[in-house]
Amino acid sequence: MTKVSMVLNGKSVSADVEDRTLLVGLIRDVRGLTGTHVGCDTSQCGACVVHVNGKAVKSCTMLAAQADGSEVVTLEGVGSANNLHPVQAAFREHHGLQCGFCTPGMIMSAIDMINRHGAGNLDEKTIRHELEGNICRCTGYQNIVKAIKSASDQMAGMAQAAE
Amino acid sequence: MYETTYHRAGSAAEAADLLAKADDGKILGGGQTLLPTMKQRLAAPSDLVDVTQIAEMKGICADGEGVAIGAATTHAEVASNHLVKSKLPGLASLAGGIGDPAVRHMGTIGGSIANNDPAADYPSALVALGATVVTNKRELSSEDFFTGMFETALEEDEVVQSVKFPGAQKSAYAKYPNPASRYAMAGVFVAQGSDGAVKVAVTGAGQDGVFRMNDMEAALGSNWSADAVSGIAPNADDLLSDLHGSAAYRANLVTVMAKRAVAAAG
Amino acid sequence: MAVEGIGARALRKEDKRFITGKGKYTDDMTMPGMGYAAFVRSPHAHAKVTGIDAAAALAMPGVDAVLTGDQLVGDGIGNLICGWMIHSKDGTPMKMGGWRALEPEIVRHVGQAVAVVIADTQAQARDAADAVVVDYEELDAVVDPLDALKDGAPQLHPEAEGNLIFDWEIGDEAATNEAFEKAAHVTKMEIHNNRLVPNPMEPRAALAGYDDAEEHYTLYTTSQNPHVARLVLSAFYAVAPEHKLRVIAPDVGGGFGSKIYIYPEEMVCLWASKRVGRPVKWVSDRTEAFLTDAHGRDHRSEAELALDADNKILGFRVKTVANIGAYMSLFSSSVPTYLYATLLSGQYDIPAIHANVKAVYTNTTPVDAYRGAGRPEATYLVERMMETASREVGLSPAEFRRKNFIRAFPHQTPVIMCYDAGDYDATLDAALKAADYDGFAARKAEAASRGKLRGIGLSCYIEACGIAPSAAVGSLGAGVGLWESAEVRVNPVGTIEVLTGSHSHGQGHETTFAQLISERFGLDTDSVSIVHGDTDKVQFGMGTYGSRSGAVGMSAIVKALDKVESKAKKIAAHLMEAAEGDIQIEGGELKVAGTDKKLTFTEVALAAYTAHNLPEGMEPGLKEGAFYDPTNFTFPAGTYVCEVEIDPETGKTEIVNFTAADDFGKIINPMIVEGQVHGGITQGIGQALLENAAYDEGGQLLTASYMDYTMPRADDVPSYQLSTHVTECPGNPLGMKGCGEAGALGSPPAVINAITDALGANALTMPATPERVWALAQSGMKQAAE
Repeated sequence: MTKVSMVLNGKSVSADVEDRTLLVGLIRDVRGLTGTHVGCDTSQCGACVVHVNGKAVKSCTMLAAQADGSEVVTLEGVGSANNLHPVQAAFREHHGLQCGFCTPGMIMSAIDMINRHGAGNLDEKTIRHELEGNICRCTGYQNIVKAIKSASDQMAGMAQAAE
Repeated sequence: MYETTYHRAGSAAEAADLLAKADDGKILGGGQTLLPTMKQRLAAPSDLVDVTQIAEMKGICADGEGVAIGAATTHAEVASNHLVKSKLPGLASLAGGIGDPAVRHMGTIGGSIANNDPAADYPSALVALGATVVTNKRELSSEDFFTGMFETALEEDEVVQSVKFPGAQKSAYAKYPNPASRYAMAGVFVAQGSDGAVKVAVTGAGQDGVFRMNDMEAALGSNWSADAVSGIAPNADDLLSDLHGSAAYRANLVTVMAKRAVAAAG
Repeated sequence: MAVEGIGARALRKEDKRFITGKGKYTDDMTMPGMGYAAFVRSPHAHAKVTGIDAAAALAMPGVDAVLTGDQLVGDGIGNLICGWMIHSKDGTPMKMGGWRALEPEIVRHVGQAVAVVIADTQAQARDAADAVVVDYEELDAVVDPLDALKDGAPQLHPEAEGNLIFDWEIGDEAATNEAFEKAAHVTKMEIHNNRLVPNPMEPRAALAGYDDAEEHYTLYTTSQNPHVARLVLSAFYAVAPEHKLRVIAPDVGGGFGSKIYIYPEEMVCLWASKRVGRPVKWVSDRTEAFLTDAHGRDHRSEAELALDADNKILGFRVKTVANIGAYMSLFSSSVPTYLYATLLSGQYDIPAIHANVKAVYTNTTPVDAYRGAGRPEATYLVERMMETASREVGLSPAEFRRKNFIRAFPHQTPVIMCYDAGDYDATLDAALKAADYDGFAARKAEAASRGKLRGIGLSCYIEACGIAPSAAVGSLGAGVGLWESAEVRVNPVGTIEVLTGSHSHGQGHETTFAQLISERFGLDTDSVSIVHGDTDKVQFGMGTYGSRSGAVGMSAIVKALDKVESKAKKIAAHLMEAAEGDIQIEGGELKVAGTDKKLTFTEVALAAYTAHNLPEGMEPGLKEGAFYDPTNFTFPAGTYVCEVEIDPETGKTEIVNFTAADDFGKIINPMIVEGQVHGGITQGIGQALLENAAYDEGGQLLTASYMDYTMPRADDVPSYQLSTHVTECPGNPLGMKGCGEAGALGSPPAVINAITDALGANALTMPATPERVWALAQSGMKQAAE
């Protein structure tokens, strides 16, 4: 067993877990944040993507212990029903989800992608390439791509307006 | 995943020490290959020694005309580093094409080369660029370092600390990914060193991991152009064959990727 | 929100929970004191189980029990069954072998469960499952269905001699043979429809609990049809009586058919929860999903098309061998028969058709319905034949199809179906125009200048959805009726709950179903809740598959709404002292026509529940239920055009343009329909280019993870250009046809027709992997050079 402490969605938390516990296990089973999902065993589907120290990672391919001392943000931490993140809002607006299972990872990857490229700097080809690590079986990706592009452009507008 | 014991090393020396003491220890870089393997119960190390928080093993700095990259440096850091981009654009582009964005945020160069997956990208860059692998014990030329599929010259308590890449006049990488896993089915790194010497290294296709294409090197040495390699292919008998691509198909891909890498290198 | 009726692009009500991480899937559920199950699975494709030693596993920390097939059989748990009886052409019933949830004697596919471990944690359960020692005596295995039919092939089940489950036929053989005798041209092909793995992103899961005081079970599970699950679990498997079993399918992360069936694992969790005395949870990992979720497709066919001198089709002859896998899954027998061969007429007027289908056991994972279920296999066969025939006779693919289109409705095909409505020219014209078919030659020339091979391909699909009516499917062998139920409960304050037997696992029912109520009463969709997926709340329902929730499920709601409307109007007329016929409903109010007298919907609802002043003899309350049994299948149809560019050096195919023109009848929410089409097309492109469940000769699944099974990703597909044309379905009150599967039917032949057009070579098997395309491109170039 090992003691793991981290800031999870802005809150300091610690837990005693087996060393083999994955970060997603700590998030879901210990902390009860079930918005992060597990869809495969080989790090390909991306349903489990969270942000660790501001960067998208696959929480099924990281030990909880590796995240000791980190800042971790899950889908629950980016916005709430009454205060949606622009990417969350865009997924709804553009019907970027159907069954909702891949959605947590899609949204977390989308936010990361916009962070890295800069809001407003994403075109369809880039978005499709950037989604290499996120699999969706329902939407055929078209509306996910639309949602991310729209959120990226909207966030650029917001940033401009703030200046 | 079987039970294991996690250690976070504070220094390279401590990492080596922890590794030496462990029953069946393994260095944990980003874990992007090791952890999935452990989850499938195909590996069961007694101890994991996390080296990613060791300051001396992270980061990129100039090293003569080339660069030195700490073993715990992530693919994302290599891909976006301005030194790498300007001195060795082929290396930056290779790093930017490993796995997917989330994998690149965790996966490290040290982890990749120590595992020496035959479909990993980095080994081709190390061999083509003539890089040197620096461990806690010694320095090894990359061709001495990679000894076969999933095999390296590393001893049990030896830890990769950094990789030193000499400068190059030209470098480029082109890969054809496995459609499912997106690992390389054939990845070709072409480089023309500061001294003008040409090296071509192939990953993903060989039965024994990374290998050099001497015929292509000779052809490019006298005529640096895509046309120079268009008629040269490896012997299919030495190549991998699986449901995604026969050896003959991989041999063709090596030629095509070599052409594209040369064209990209300019 | 808003009043959003039929035709509105209403945003989805269910999205808020999904985009904020508040969805509740089975794996998110907990029960106090629950343990975890891990299954011990066969590493062999065919073997005798000669011993199971659980001693070491039982001694491990946290382990409660190791249960085996002997205990399961001893407790009287029944065999898994196939619910659709097919008779061979000689009149004999299909030969079904026994299938136990935990196999005590002979395992017949890799991954089949032989024991289960229950432990405190998932990790402990898996550790202990590894420690269970099972002795096997290996037997020869057979994975290819054609090999399985050969003399001397390994035998799977004593019930099915020669591994043949049934040898079935449809159509008039003599008339078809006669058509071929008159033919001016015959097109022949061998066509393989590749085996797929459905792969909903949420793996299957179950959480079962048993209350010994009440002798009552609760099962949370990933099901598309929880009521059918309860029925089968109680009536056939005898796990628990129906009134003592509550099945809840909460948020379900996609199904595509694979979550229709009742699998061993869910049943074992229920049984084990009582035996071990604690709730039991099981969550499939992805490799277990590959090994145990029912696969799809896997047909080998020979087809012949007879044409007259004017290129009109005279007859169509098909022989198909369908690989059923190691056991007959719940609806497996219906897929290669009534869901397949009944669609072999396509959109075409074909006077004579005969099809023979042999269903065969092999040492592979069971095969059952996957998005489209039989209909994609038929569409692929018909549309590959049509394209090939058009090339052989030198007509343009569009002209050849037009020459043979059905134009008069209703149209009785030679293979049972009676098409009720359609306009195939309209969708073909729309697709060709949107795809700029006429400009293709210029685009091909431009691509050639870049060293790329460009091709274009068509597919005109027809589908049969909303399988029904119940009496008809019963006569064809179905073990259940295929109606749907609904209940509309108006609360005293005028808000409405709609209880439906349909199940949403991504289809957006919470939104589209609410739009029906919004349309009818002029109410805000926010004042409507859709209740589904819980056998304690909804009385009964058949669930969601076969694109039936619109045409059948919503029709049941309409019937219940009719009754609610009628009663509400009676109450309003009584309260306002007007004639019932003068009451109009508009904007949430019940008005007396031609006056300013009105009552809000809430006032009428409240009056129904206070019951202070109701018409003489009327019962209080405002709640009505309905069962709807359709009068016919529905027949969505359309044309897809695919344009590809091939890199001849690598064989990589890029889809540069994909155009769909669909006729789904009346559309409730175009946004959701588009989403269904996007997803369906992508799965079809997956089948055509990427996906294949491959076994080695010994029966090991070579593609048991995403490392080897190629799922379509965002950069594998383009954005699609969609349009719809509406001919309303005359068979149901809304005029709907269904849209859930169409994309998966229409796209594979369009893609392969495009690639073969680009290559100028026709011998291409799905999936058109880069290596296959490269090899064909190489041989084409060699031929051109010679």
